[in-house]
Amino acid sequence: MRYLPLTPDDRQQMLGVIGAKSIDDLFVDVPEAARIDKAFDLPPHQGELEVERALSAMANKNTAAGSVPFFVGAGAYKHHVPATVDHLIQRSEFLTSYTPYQPEISQGTLQYLFEFQTQVALLTGMDVANASMYDGSTACGEAVQMAHRVTRRNKAVLSGNLHPHYRAVIETTSKFAGDAVVALDADVSGGEDIASQIDGETSCVVVQYPDFFGRVADLSAIAAAAHAEGALLIVAIPEIVSMGALKTPGDMGADIVVAEGQSIGNALNYGGPYVGLFATRQKYVRQMPGRLCGETQVVDGKRGYVLTLSTREQHIRREKATSNICTNSGLCCLAFTIHLALLGEQGFTRLAALNHESACKLAGALEKVSGVELLTPAFFNEFTIRTPKPAADVIEALADKGILGGVPASRLMPGNEAVNDLIVVAATEVNTDQDRAAYAAALTEVLS
Amino acid sequence: MADTKYTKDHEWVRVDGNTATVGITDYAQEQLGDVVYVELPDVGKSVGAGDEAAVVESVKAASEVYAPISGEVVEINEALADAPNGVNEDAAGAGWFVKLKLSDASELEKLMSEDEYKSYLAELD
Amino acid sequence: MSTKTTFTGHRGLVYEEPLIFERSRDGACGVDLPEPEGVASRLGGMERQGGVGLPGLSEPEVMRHFVRLSQKNYSIDAGFYPLGSCTMKHNPRLNEKMARLPGFSDVHPLQPQSTVPGALELMSELARWLMDLTGMPAVAMSPKAGAHGELCGLMAIRSALEARGEADTRTRVLVPESAHGTNPATAAACGFTVDAIPATEDGRVDLAAFEAKLGPDVAGIMLTNPNTCGLFERDIRKIADAVHDAGGYFYCDGANFNAIVGRVKPGDLGVDAMHINLHKTFSTPHGGGGPGAGPVVLSDALAPFAPLPYVTSTGGELRLVEDEQSSDADPFGRMVAFHGQMGMFVRALSYMMSHGSDGLRQVAEDAVLNANYVLASLKDVMTASFEGPCMHEALFDDRFLKGTGVETLDFAKAMIDEGYHPMTVYFPLVVHGAMLIEPTETESKETLDNFIACMADLAKSAKAGDKTRFENAPELTPRRRLDETTAARKPVLRWTPPAPAQAAE
Repeated sequence: MRYLPLTPDDRQQMLGVIGAKSIDDLFVDVPEAARIDKAFDLPPHQGELEVERALSAMANKNTAAGSVPFFVGAGAYKHHVPATVDHLIQRSEFLTSYTPYQPEISQGTLQYLFEFQTQVALLTGMDVANASMYDGSTACGEAVQMAHRVTRRNKAVLSGNLHPHYRAVIETTSKFAGDAVVALDADVSGGEDIASQIDGETSCVVVQYPDFFGRVADLSAIAAAAHAEGALLIVAIPEIVSMGALKTPGDMGADIVVAEGQSIGNALNYGGPYVGLFATRQKYVRQMPGRLCGETQVVDGKRGYVLTLSTREQHIRREKATSNICTNSGLCCLAFTIHLALLGEQGFTRLAALNHESACKLAGALEKVSGVELLTPAFFNEFTIRTPKPAADVIEALADKGILGGVPASRLMPGNEAVNDLIVVAATEVNTDQDRAAYAAALTEVLS
Repeated sequence: MADTKYTKDHEWVRVDGNTATVGITDYAQEQLGDVVYVELPDVGKSVGAGDEAAVVESVKAASEVYAPISGEVVEINEALADAPNGVNEDAAGAGWFVKLKLSDASELEKLMSEDEYKSYLAELD
Repeated sequence: MSTKTTFTGHRGLVYEEPLIFERSRDGACGVDLPEPEGVASRLGGMERQGGVGLPGLSEPEVMRHFVRLSQKNYSIDAGFYPLGSCTMKHNPRLNEKMARLPGFSDVHPLQPQSTVPGALELMSELARWLMDLTGMPAVAMSPKAGAHGELCGLMAIRSALEARGEADTRTRVLVPESAHGTNPATAAACGFTVDAIPATEDGRVDLAAFEAKLGPDVAGIMLTNPNTCGLFERDIRKIADAVHDAGGYFYCDGANFNAIVGRVKPGDLGVDAMHINLHKTFSTPHGGGGPGAGPVVLSDALAPFAPLPYVTSTGGELRLVEDEQSSDADPFGRMVAFHGQMGMFVRALSYMMSHGSDGLRQVAEDAVLNANYVLASLKDVMTASFEGPCMHEALFDDRFLKGTGVETLDFAKAMIDEGYHPMTVYFPLVVHGAMLIEPTETESKETLDNFIACMADLAKSAKAGDKTRFENAPELTPRRRLDETTAARKPVLRWTPPAPAQAAE
């Protein structure tokens, strides 16, 4: 077996040193009834070639985003990732190291975490950020828990236009923690009145920006309403590239910003692994969940980095920890850091502009299709259209024509009749004029 | 100081009139190592004897500080926010944590005197 | 090491590397993107005010920056990484190649299901392996890491109690003192109170103390097996039966599954739920602290409550169930957006298929053999905490350092100078100055022999009073010991531009 260095001779010699007759002697503590002698109903070992053949056969049954005109978003986005990123994250020293608990031999990981935290703070317009969470949705769940700790209240108010999966994560966590959740109904018109739901028991208001339907709206009034009642404003950003074009949540009074960072540096991966971004105000730093990297010095005065404020975490605080989370999303967060370093100020803002332009062009083309209505006048790289036929059928028909045209809102909001004819459509820098024209033409055919 | 009383969890309490000042002992600060943060309660909070009144943190540990006696928090040591090392430097004095308005002076009788605490420490070693 | 000072501050191949923000130059950029055409904005007046503040660097500068950073890291590819409880085994590169096949990596979680049959097949196939290897009837795939899996398991338990009408009365979870910190943190996050069970002299759960704690308010037990002392819980069947008889459930922390995979099925031990760290047992890379994956196998009692989404098969056709309306079970909710760590699923399955059922059994045997070899070779040099064979990791404590003035931490730091990543120190908490060594099955006898010789030499030094070898360690690293106290007292968590006065200097 290619991954196992011990030879039969080694094993015999080692058993001799241990003073055991056979390997079974080392498993004596296992109750006899639980010892397995027979083989499993699973195939035996295979060489690289055979494994590669079998897995490639599975992979080939899927339609890769890059192989078709592709407009699916709703929380994960297809972007171009420079070749440098994947090369660097596969370096042994990044790929096969553990959490940087021994800082003297982990300065590489620690320094990029410090750079990452700085990048996230800059993007979101906040003071500080942590070293990443599992993904945007779990970061959002953690943000609500943090708001409960800060305010010592336990009622969260959720915008109806928060991603339904994010909402479900919060509702699930809250159900078991015994916390209250008030969730508004989805409202594609952007007319929801969230301020009226905030009262003296509200710990936080959670809004998405741009919202689930792609709408961009100012959040300052919601921030003011929340703050007037002593509640926090949590802003969830599913598409972090938008921060290259849009006013930051920090500028609008957000107290906690969470985001899905997949768009920068990370592939679609059928939903994971991704990287959750988490930023807040300096004054709340000790209530934050997740790992934090801090700058410090060595005795000789040299600058260095360490994991810090660990007393918040489970391995020290156990049942009193700020979160049960033990990992961050290390390698995905490295990919994010490298991609954003390559983009820089100029590249990142241009990438955002190109995304917006791609979406504007697509919206312009789809608006012209007979029967199609654009429902989100202000958007970044994602918008919602109403079609004269059920959206799910339209998307399937488009897929049959080799176009992946977006997400039917009904897939994420089953049972909500009001969204049956809505498609959430994303466009990014990867889409060409031909892609957009092909979409408009196929949609015309499907609707005729 | 004759009027200082001690708990088995290494808190001290010193009463002056109706006010009791609470801190952790020199032994406790030494066990903790460098104190990096002290979490103090809000002024006005009422605590019962044995309730968690504060949390003191070193780099690798966090320990609860329990109120030796019942009372209402009337003052907290704001200086510790910026200089938590005060606990290491003068645990029995300037490194105090909270001041409580005494609600039941008889609770003091259940605590150890300085001599009793010293022999308690001797047993621990 | 030479004390020679250099003009550049670099020392041979060890480079001093500033932050990307300090290397920035206006106008530099590491990508070439086309200029926007200038289509009319539809941002609705919500344009960002001012710049972002990101640095500008060209591609070669970014490459060099991160290569230099990487060179300051220890890694399993470069050296022995005996970090107890973490299972730092070889990460086969075939797994990386497979995860990057466009059919897996370039697939969107919300594409029509008709366009991703291969993705569902992969999830279903991995699930089959996990269920067979553990002897459990169901598995929840979506948890993102071990701790997330623990949360999933406890939520399923809470839901089962709720269905029995006992959620309000059964609120206490028993957790051994030796448990990972995630266990009590998870139980608390799920609304339970935590009650610690003491350990016996031989490092196992104190059965009598455990049974005394059982009662009508107990929701269950969270038990790691093999436990965090590297020992198999001999009484595990009795524990399982007792907790079931008392009306509770058995959550098993599967962090140490590597020791028993292919030799013991947790289903035979009476387990109701167990998470599997794919990044430990099934070799997906640790990546400097994630991403991991923590699927949870479930017993028949808990299976109906498994969270959304899940893959189901009707008439041989696989389907992803994403919402309650289309579920015929009773899912407790959703733990995460989308469907779990697909990229990790591919890697884990690639590893499982490579080893096969025969190879996986050999994995456990070699992992246990390697740990026992270290234990046997070092038990007279260091102090082994417990008698008898261990499983996949060997626990030592600091008794052999008594009177030397050298502490566990110093000993660990001296190992760094010798080119080793230290073992896990000060965990588990049930012994003093713990040193937990997990060699894993992917280390050769030669590597272990060299390591054993080095540990013996270090122990000899400590006992001989050579304190400087320890107190000053590490001396040969890119950075020596860092001031963690200042870092925690005055946290500096991000770079900030220097004040203008300083910039003008």
